[in-house]
Amino acid sequence: MNPKQSGRRRFLKDGVALAGLAAGALAIRSASGQTLGSANDQALEGTPGISEGQHFDAIYGVRSRYETAGRIGGIGAYSTGPDGKVVRPYIGGLTPVQNLIGIITPSALHYHNTHGYPPPDIDPQQHRLLIHGMVDRPMVFTMEDIYRLPSVTRTHFLECNANGYTTPPRLAPGATAQITHGLMGCSIWTGVRASHILEMVGVQKGASWIVAEGAEGAHHSKSIPLEKIMDDSLIVYGQNGEAVRPEQGYPLRLLVPGYEAINSIKFLRRIKVVDGPYLQQRETNGYQTVVREGKYADGKARWFQFELGPNSVITRPSGGQRIGTQGFYEITGLAWSGAGAIRRVEVSTDAGRTWKAAELQGPVLPMAHTRFTYSWKWGGEETVLMSRSTDERGQIQPSLAEVGKIWDVTVDYLKKATVGHTNAIQPWKVAEDGRIYNAIV
Amino acid sequence: MRSSNLMVVVVALVACAAAAAQTTPYQNIGRPATAEEIQAWDISVSPAGKELPPGKGTAKEGAPIYSAKCAVCHGRTMEEAGPLGPALVAKKGGNLRGTIAAWPYATTIWDFINRAMPRFNEGTLKPDQVYALTAFLLNRSGIIKEDDVMDAKSVTELQMPYRNAYVPSDLAEIGNVKKRGCYLGHCPGPAPTAAH
Repeated sequence: MNPKQSGRRRFLKDGVALAGLAAGALAIRSASGQTLGSANDQALEGTPGISEGQHFDAIYGVRSRYETAGRIGGIGAYSTGPDGKVVRPYIGGLTPVQNLIGIITPSALHYHNTHGYPPPDIDPQQHRLLIHGMVDRPMVFTMEDIYRLPSVTRTHFLECNANGYTTPPRLAPGATAQITHGLMGCSIWTGVRASHILEMVGVQKGASWIVAEGAEGAHHSKSIPLEKIMDDSLIVYGQNGEAVRPEQGYPLRLLVPGYEAINSIKFLRRIKVVDGPYLQQRETNGYQTVVREGKYADGKARWFQFELGPNSVITRPSGGQRIGTQGFYEITGLAWSGAGAIRRVEVSTDAGRTWKAAELQGPVLPMAHTRFTYSWKWGGEETVLMSRSTDERGQIQPSLAEVGKIWDVTVDYLKKATVGHTNAIQPWKVAEDGRIYNAIV
Repeated sequence: MRSSNLMVVVVALVACAAAAAQTTPYQNIGRPATAEEIQAWDISVSPAGKELPPGKGTAKEGAPIYSAKCAVCHGRTMEEAGPLGPALVAKKGGNLRGTIAAWPYATTIWDFINRAMPRFNEGTLKPDQVYALTAFLLNRSGIIKEDDVMDAKSVTELQMPYRNAYVPSDLAEIGNVKKRGCYLGHCPGPAPTAAH
């Protein structure tokens, strides 16, 4: 007998008894003792929609093999040394922004930047969170303690301060949205309000900041104003319906909505309540702007920039893609702001001469990616597509030239140096052959 | 009538507050942290230096520690990025920004060496070694002499050259968005006043 048929028969036979069980359990039981292919492949042979020989992980699902979007290295991740060897093999990856659908970034595609420290292997049963400093009752919490507390679920983006920075790859005509805007992602986070835990320990009078610290090798640490922590920050263990991924801070991370993501401490192990900024390494070195042209070229660094500005990017059609025949296309993209919810998104299909309101698809949530759409008819002409967002504070996303004006520098200067948070309007050029190019400068 | 109603409300509110203080619904969730635990875990050092432990060291003592534990990543010259770590001191006449010489408080140097170095063996340096390495970096940056002793007091009191090269420089003003001059996600600095 053909072993393949044997597997199928067994599947059909067992299928009756196992009906109603989870797919994962079914796969394991029906495949025992077989030699052909993987256990899961065999279990699913003959299942409608699953072709013979197709790999399918029934325990923890995988996407269709036709879906190939993935993270790519970010900020020198694969830079090589003089000997040709990779210098920093594990530093981070960029979200494939152009492939995102809706407002949620799949956890497996969410950008991450480890700054050279791979996620530690933390057993949640051993993990502890210490809260101390200017509090009445310093306390230690286990993960079980934290699971017992009232939970909240919020949708928030995380964005690196360097997202959109005017680096050479980001300025290149061939840049994709992943290169221009890949240092961001948006997830549904579940956990407890940071204010809840701080109220449990009793914050003392005079406290004004916290210092939060992670459990990874470098014990990355950051000072954050207490007001922001009490207002809307979260201590989360859930991301998109499952535990926070290791590269996102498993088993517990701080989430400071709308602030540079460097503040959302991963592997959170300690919060110290204090009365001023502690000037930790990543607020003393980097995460600052120094300009060398114009009225702010005073030799001083601008630091503690925290809140991210209004921003948006068209994700389809976007750099590296190609549209086909003339006619209808839905333009779609993402808008977000560290100041709150997106009020309005406008789209220009004529290089910024005219702007028209895009539709906000919803949900429209504060400090979250907001999906916008715009109906467009392409007549085969060369043009430039742009989007610009307005947030609930009334802030309008600046163009690159306007970012230059804020810092009193020229666009030419911005081609050589970076400033603050580069939330510039992203222009995509549509060539006559339908190819889409980055047209930021 | 009106005032008596108000009284009832006030009394009820006070009673509620008192009751809430007495019976938290979250008893037995979390446990008190002991003083020993806090001391063992608390590696944060503020610019006021109040968490710095006893100990001391000089650049002379730090040099062999650097060779043994740091040079493998940061390189021997310290002026160029090493195989894994960044450059630590500026080249002669070079820009100090991006090197530890531009850090406004030496307490940050102590804190970061102590918490994050050496890579793969973080937390293994003794306080004297951290003081010695702090002194070594400060000496190689041209800020202190080779025999200057770094301890809790001198690290805290050391006047770093870039102390006021930040906007805002006053630590008490950093929490204030207006003093930072932020709008549209950018913080160039406070708007000039009429007097300017």
